[in-house]
Amino acid sequence: MIKIWSMKKNEEAAGKKKPKTSAAQIRVQKGAASPLLTQCVLSNIVTIDLTELDLPSTMKTHFPDPADLLNFSLTITPDEGMYTGGAFNFSFAINTNYPHDPPKVKCTQTIYHPNVDLEGNVCLNILREDWKPVLNLNAVMVGLQYLFLEPNTDDPLNKEAAQEMSKNRDQFLSHVKSSMRGANIKGVQYTNVLVQ
Amino acid sequence: MTDVQANHDWEGRYYHIDQILDAPGPRTDEGFMAGDGVKDFLRKQSKILVIGAGGLGCEILANLALTGFKDIHVIDMDTIDISNLNRQFLFRPKDVGKSKAIVAAEFIMNRVPGVKVTPYFGKIQDKDDEYYLQFNLVICGLDSVEARRWINATLVNLVDPENPESLKPLIDGGTEGFKGQARVILPTITSCYECSLDMLNKPTAFPICTIANTPRLPEHCIEWASVLEWPRVHGDKKMDTDNPDDITWLYTVAAGRAKEFKIEGVTWSLTQGVVKNIIPAIASTNAIIAASCCNEAFKIATSSAAYLNNYFMLIGIEGIYSYTFEHEKKSNCPVCGGESVSLSISREMTLEELIDLLTERQDIQIKNPSLSTPTKQLYLRAPPQLEEATRPNMFKKVSELVPDGGEVTVTAGTLPFSLSIDLSFT
Repeated sequence: MIKIWSMKKNEEAAGKKKPKTSAAQIRVQKGAASPLLTQCVLSNIVTIDLTELDLPSTMKTHFPDPADLLNFSLTITPDEGMYTGGAFNFSFAINTNYPHDPPKVKCTQTIYHPNVDLEGNVCLNILREDWKPVLNLNAVMVGLQYLFLEPNTDDPLNKEAAQEMSKNRDQFLSHVKSSMRGANIKGVQYTNVLVQ
Repeated sequence: MTDVQANHDWEGRYYHIDQILDAPGPRTDEGFMAGDGVKDFLRKQSKILVIGAGGLGCEILANLALTGFKDIHVIDMDTIDISNLNRQFLFRPKDVGKSKAIVAAEFIMNRVPGVKVTPYFGKIQDKDDEYYLQFNLVICGLDSVEARRWINATLVNLVDPENPESLKPLIDGGTEGFKGQARVILPTITSCYECSLDMLNKPTAFPICTIANTPRLPEHCIEWASVLEWPRVHGDKKMDTDNPDDITWLYTVAAGRAKEFKIEGVTWSLTQGVVKNIIPAIASTNAIIAASCCNEAFKIATSSAAYLNNYFMLIGIEGIYSYTFEHEKKSNCPVCGGESVSLSISREMTLEELIDLLTERQDIQIKNPSLSTPTKQLYLRAPPQLEEATRPNMFKKVSELVPDGGEVTVTAGTLPFSLSIDLSFT
């Protein structure tokens, strides 16, 4: 068997970059059940992600259970653009394969927006096809906020809203306003999202 | 037992392998013990673990047994499916439904006399540190990122600075169609699996708006059924991609969608392939990657030649291309990166005092740190709600929050990596 350990020692002795001891490594605490290991790594990653969030005053996170960092909600209250005055809620669910898998994000209200459908699915490239493990929660949140400043008609999820927006902007704006007050538009009951 | 095994080693059995083991070559390691020393280690002492008894696993088991490893353990949680039989050559039609690990072990033992293969039909997560410590080497032929991350973190975690035997080389093989890779991971020394997580190919995902509005491919229709229609119709009920009824439901919905948009090619098996993200396995890719992995295992176990440093990739889509390079350790890798320090503090010290201490210490120089243990948050600077929730801990004694000898992870914007503190109390 190759003497890896002596290599390790030689390397340390030669003053080369010291092999770093892992965050997980010190956890030789007996009793820390092994299946939880990836859970710990994951929770470290998410902790870093969360403590590094640099959110403007227009975005707030809420943790129903502060001990559970993997499930929380985000409220966006845009202070410019056509959605000003509303408070929009999104649920975030992070699975154990994060950051290989993106967080699952859904709008928890029924809102009138070209890029959000009535089930709450959101069309944001970095939530699906353009997700990369180097991205983080901050990028996703900033991306979501951007959708409220600049809804775009190129990637519609709510087709009617998108058509309205490109064909009849005034009509679209008035639908945005009334939907935010909880109006019923063409048979769809929207959630009242006005900031109290 | 030794005699029985010895009887199996008939004259000339290892003639070709012995060409390598009987004399040192230009690239042999200094520690190489030509002749009986190395043969004895390989054939009588070494113990190797194979994780996965599927496409790669079958090849790996056969290769190891034939190169002279005699104490092999194999773990697999799967049972044999009829679709495995074209390439997983240790299985026969009569084995369908049985445990891969058990059938593979029996096959190898029947076919290669004197080799002991110990199967475990279950998950790698069922086993504890004690179990993994008994092996000299671990070879993985896995198909999931999650399982690789687990075994990687486990083996890095196993390294005990006081015990040289705790460092277990991990050889990881992986294939995807005509592409594959083999790598040697020396936990805590070389880059680990987690270090390279960001270079993984992500599964093909289509923009959700394309799926919703402008489907052009059969895959778009299938994604529409699974991503949008399933949650709309079934609510919170989780889709079970192993349940044929669920696949049939998706297929029916996708086929309806395809008809509406005049798209051809939605079939039941394509539906299953898309939702399970199945990439057709190629037997020859598995054979090449398994051979490379076993070659590395042999070189590491015998010191007979320089081993792979540390990443070999194969692309066989157009012609054959291969490339070997050293993947570097990531300094902020959540598994093997970061710095660690030992700290001994008074039992009476509060968390706030500990944070002050960390901020003041010259060798740490940290600003506004957040602290957590592997199981709970101690103090998080942000977001505001979590800061508030963890603030009461500031005035508690650290010894009430962390066990003696416990670990505390420190993160801060000023640190490019995480710092782990090994705490003890005086």
